[in-house]
Amino acid sequence: MSKRYEMRFAGSGGQGVILASVIMAEAAVIEGLRTVQSQAYGPEARGGVSKAETVLSRDAIWYSKVTKPNFLLALTQASLDTYSKTLAEGAVVMIDDSLSLPAGLDPKQVIAAPILRSAREKVGKAFTANIVAVGAINAALGIFSDEVLLEAVKRHIPAGTEEINKKALACGKELISAEQAAAFAQTIE
Amino acid sequence: MSKAVLMQGNEAAVEGAIAAGMRFFAGYPITPSTEIAEQSALRLPQVGGHFLQMEDELASIAAVLGASAAGVKAMTATSGPGFSLMQENIGYGVMAEIPCVIVDVQRAGPSTGLPTSPSQGDYMQARWGTHGDHPVIALSPSSVRETYTLIIRAFNLAEKYRTPVIFLMDEIVGHMREGVELPRESELIINHRKMSFHDGANKQCYFVPEGEYVPAMKPFGQGERYNITGLAHDSSGFPTNSTEIAGKLFTRLLDKVEKNVNDIVRIEEYAMDDAETAIVCFGGTTRAVMSAILEARAQGKKVGMFRPITVWPFPEQQLRARLPQLKNILMVEHNHGQMLLEVQRTVGGALPVDFLGRIDGTVISPADILAKLNEMEENCHAQ
Repeated sequence: MSKRYEMRFAGSGGQGVILASVIMAEAAVIEGLRTVQSQAYGPEARGGVSKAETVLSRDAIWYSKVTKPNFLLALTQASLDTYSKTLAEGAVVMIDDSLSLPAGLDPKQVIAAPILRSAREKVGKAFTANIVAVGAINAALGIFSDEVLLEAVKRHIPAGTEEINKKALACGKELISAEQAAAFAQTIE
Repeated sequence: MSKAVLMQGNEAAVEGAIAAGMRFFAGYPITPSTEIAEQSALRLPQVGGHFLQMEDELASIAAVLGASAAGVKAMTATSGPGFSLMQENIGYGVMAEIPCVIVDVQRAGPSTGLPTSPSQGDYMQARWGTHGDHPVIALSPSSVRETYTLIIRAFNLAEKYRTPVIFLMDEIVGHMREGVELPRESELIINHRKMSFHDGANKQCYFVPEGEYVPAMKPFGQGERYNITGLAHDSSGFPTNSTEIAGKLFTRLLDKVEKNVNDIVRIEEYAMDDAETAIVCFGGTTRAVMSAILEARAQGKKVGMFRPITVWPFPEQQLRARLPQLKNILMVEHNHGQMLLEVQRTVGGALPVDFLGRIDGTVISPADILAKLNEMEENCHAQ
C-alpha cells in the first residue's frame, strides 16, 4: 500500500490558505496522483483560524482528513502554535519568518521564509502571499514540476491575473535555497 | 496528463443534476451547501435552464414544486435550518406527487448549530420531517464521484415514482475535493416521468391503471387544466372527504415505494464474505470506516462494511441476510444514534449492536473506530 502524504495549510481567514491547498491538490490531479482536499473554517469571512488539508497518494485515499501532517504551512502565530503540536515524525514546517518558533519544534525541520513581506514588497500585492507560499512549498518539497504547478495555479485564478501570479510563484521559488531544496525534497511513494 | 478533474462534492451535485436533466434551481444559500447554489447559478444559464435565488427556503421549495409541476426537472439545496423550513412543502410534493430533488448538506447541531462542521443529524428528519404517514426515498453519497452518479439516480427515482427525493449529503463529502473521472454521457441512464397530454382524461389527472402505482403526469399550464391540492383527492385531483378514497390514496403513496423497495434500495458491501463484525455506516463516515477496515483486516480481524446507499427506505432485507454469519454489529455515524435505531429494529435483538457516534462537529477518525473494535473484542472475551 502506498503511503499517504499529508499536508496542512493554516493561517487566518482571508490569507488564502484554502486556495493554496486546492492548488496543491489540482497539481496532484494533473500529475495523475490520487488526492483529497478539505478545509475547516469558522463562520466569519475574514479572520479566525483557517485550516486546509491536502492528502496525496498513489493509491485510493479513504479517510479524507489529515491527522499527522508530513508538511505544515503556518502563516500566523496562532495557527503555528496550534498545529505544530500534531506533526508526523520528520515533518517539514514552513512558516512566515515573522513568527517565533514554539518550544518543542526542532529548528532543523523548519523553513522560515519572508512569505508575507515578499508578497507585499517584491510582488507588490499582499493578497498574493498564498501563491508565494505555493511557489516556496514546491521549491522546497520538489513534488511537482514548475509547469504542472503553474498549470494548477492558472486553473484557480481569475482571468487577467496570470502575470502577477506567475511573478508570485517565481518569488516564492527564490525564497528557497538549493541547500534547503536538497534537504527537504519529498517523493510520493 | 490524467483525464481526472479536481471537483468538490457540492460541485459534483450540480454537474450530476444537470446531466440528469435538471433545468431549474431555486434556493437560498446556506453553509455548507452554498456552492450548490453558486454553481447552479453559473451553470444553468449555460444549458438553457433557470436559477432563482429566493427570499427563503419556504419559497425555494415552493418554486421547485411549481417548476416541476410545469414539466421541468427541478432541485433545491440547503442545510439543516433550511431543511426544517422546507418540510411542509415536501409533504405537499409527496401528496401532489411532484417529482423533485432536495439536497440537504447536513451541518452540526440543532437550530443554526455549527454551520461549517460535519454531521449526519438529519437522518431521521429526512424520514419523518414532514407530517403524516408518507413514503420517503433518501440517498446518501460517500465520495465526489458517487455524488455525481447518485444524484442522477435521485432524479431518476423522483421521476419514476413521482415523489420528492432527499439527497442527504454531509459536510465531509460536500466540501471535499477529489480527482475524479466522470462517466461518459453515453454511460448514463436518465429516466423521465411518464407523461400524459391531450388524452381527454382531463378529469382523471391522478388516474392509476390497475396493478400500477404511479399516475402519468400532465405538465401544468400546457393544454388541459387540472387541480393540484395537498388535500386528500380523488383521481380528478379535487378534494374529497371520502375516507375510502383517501385511505386508498394514502396506501398507494406508501405502496409505490414499499412495493418497489428492491428497485429503490442500493447498498455497498466491503469485505463482508467472511466478516464476523459488520460496521454499518453511510455518507462521509464511510471514509474513516474504510480506512479502519483496511487496518483491522491487516491485523487479521474479520471486519466488513455494510453501507446503505439508499438510506430510506432502510435496506433491512439486505442487512438481515448478513445476520447468520455475524457475531456483532458496530454502527458508526456522526449523530447521537439515528440509523442505529433502524439497525436495532432490523436485528431485533439477535446480535449485540454497538455504537460509535459524534455530535461535537469533529470527525470520527479511523483510530477511533479501531479503538472501538478493540473494546468490543475485549467485552466479547470478558463475557
